[in-house]
Amino acid sequence: MDFSFTKQEELFLQMIREFAEKEVKPLAAEVDEEERFPMETVEKMAKIGLMGIPIPTQYGGAGGTNIMYGMAVEELSRVCATTGVILSAHTSLCAAPILESGTEEQKMKYLPKLASGEWIGAFGLTEPNAGTDAAGQQTIAVEDGDYWVLNGSKIFITNGSYANVFIIIAMTDKSLGTKGISAFIVEKTDPGFSIGKKEKKMGIRGSATTELIFEDCRIPKDRQIGQLGKGFNLAMKTLDGGRIGIACQALGIAQGAMDETVKYTKERKQFGKSISQFQNTQFQMADLETKVQAARLLCRKAHYNKDHGLPYSAEAAMAKLFAAETAMEVTTKAVQFHGGYGYTREYPVERMMRDAKITEIYEGTSEVQRMVIAGKLFK
Amino acid sequence: MPDTTEVKINPVTGTLIREGVPSIMNPDDKGGLEFALQLKDQYGAHVTVITMGLPQAEAILREALAMGVDRAILLTDRKLGGADTLATSSAIAGALRTMDFDLVITGRQAIDGDTAQVGPQIAEHLDLPQVSYMEDLKYDEATKTFTIRKQLEDGYQILEMQAPCVVTALASAVKPRYMSVSGIVTAWDKEVEVWGADRINVPEDRIGKAGSPTSVFKAFPKQLKPAGETFEVTPEEAVELIVNKLKEKHII
Repeated sequence: MDFSFTKQEELFLQMIREFAEKEVKPLAAEVDEEERFPMETVEKMAKIGLMGIPIPTQYGGAGGTNIMYGMAVEELSRVCATTGVILSAHTSLCAAPILESGTEEQKMKYLPKLASGEWIGAFGLTEPNAGTDAAGQQTIAVEDGDYWVLNGSKIFITNGSYANVFIIIAMTDKSLGTKGISAFIVEKTDPGFSIGKKEKKMGIRGSATTELIFEDCRIPKDRQIGQLGKGFNLAMKTLDGGRIGIACQALGIAQGAMDETVKYTKERKQFGKSISQFQNTQFQMADLETKVQAARLLCRKAHYNKDHGLPYSAEAAMAKLFAAETAMEVTTKAVQFHGGYGYTREYPVERMMRDAKITEIYEGTSEVQRMVIAGKLFK
Repeated sequence: MPDTTEVKINPVTGTLIREGVPSIMNPDDKGGLEFALQLKDQYGAHVTVITMGLPQAEAILREALAMGVDRAILLTDRKLGGADTLATSSAIAGALRTMDFDLVITGRQAIDGDTAQVGPQIAEHLDLPQVSYMEDLKYDEATKTFTIRKQLEDGYQILEMQAPCVVTALASAVKPRYMSVSGIVTAWDKEVEVWGADRINVPEDRIGKAGSPTSVFKAFPKQLKPAGETFEVTPEEAVELIVNKLKEKHII
């Protein structure tokens, strides 16, 4: 068993830490406060190839590993969870299904644009009446000559108003249930497609979370992706990968809160000494540090499996479940350690606690992760 | 280069304690590299990076490859060890004599020695024109002329030089690019050429310890200055106070 990084991964970690510290961290509070999508950061990320880390070079990507991609989401989220999820949704939820299920033509058409960051990607599965029960899709796609015509709407779509290309899940034959669900590639400029309302959120406030509306949206036949009637499987497989990205986001948030709390408790003096010198602080922080490291190992193992063509569905669920709940616990305690200051926006732990909550909800709630893990256990 | 913001000096031997100190690319050299890569972006320049050092300096050359340089050379040999700035510049000039180039860019100075001598010495060894403290660079392809803005303490000069020539660059003048992801992924696919003293054709009494006339008398950590005095006075009183203090110290 080898826990060491490759030379490339080590150098990558050095680069992404510097990038996160110098380019992303200074904007984090502002992006949150103003609920502003950090387009300038995305452009900087695109310039150095961060929007296409695990995309093979023949499709214009960097040809890196999923371990590297996970490191990127972690290190970005450590300073700004908004930036982390922009990269995660783009890579895991849009580029990955095209890479894994697209035809050669679809890959050649979309992956170079996504990998270079010229286009941003998104994914639409959730509907007002189809959340955790994703099989209850009400968006329908009907064949019409050389076209598919889509009608319906999607909600809570990350990158919604900034994305150029979307993977959309829709019902193609209602009588077949989940076997009547198919997947499509929709472009921002397609007729009948529009962006609906933007959500006002508790955390990750800089990420553009919007509704997508399809009103007789006509797309060419060749935009259907994967096998007809296998869209539900494509969506579930996509989420398996996406969950590792979100696990890395949660891990990053937790690490960021640990960093802030170590710094603060060493500086803050009460009763004549630094609060880091109290055993209560030390024991609680030791427990949290152990959980953060355990979460990191689960994240890396899940990405390792994906990189090596091994099954990763349950590993992804465990990584996300544990990392998300760790992020919530660490950030909640980080605020507590900061006392009254931690409740204010003067310190980043207030934002981190708000950002952490979503990781227990999106791309499968913690309850869904438990269903996936139990499903494997009792199969 | 050890990260000198983290390095300490052994008070007994007076030498740098390098153990556990992360190695970084020297900031002025990184600035110089960015200028070179901009010439590559704009004019298709072929960029070679050369460093002299211990075998582990390869790590920094990999970083340069990941930033986009075309060729990397590591000059390393026991015979080159213990070199002061003169012996270092003799060795590097020896390597440069074997190559074709239009422009040599060095960092202004290294963060460990802060001498700012190696670049200008290279120019002298090669008998080439030089401008130090470069903060901006333009190139005219037709005339093969570089227009250089040189930083001065109280302003700047604009100078023109014909290729081939030597400049020393300032880190503060430019924001170096990040290594690209694909650059990192492929950084080990390229060769870091390892050159020994036999490749450079410089007499042995000009390189390494033998070629180094400098001897370090003493190295010591800077002592902390005592806290300054604070006076709350009006501007008029302040003038008199400052003038008296300067007189006390025989500065005026």
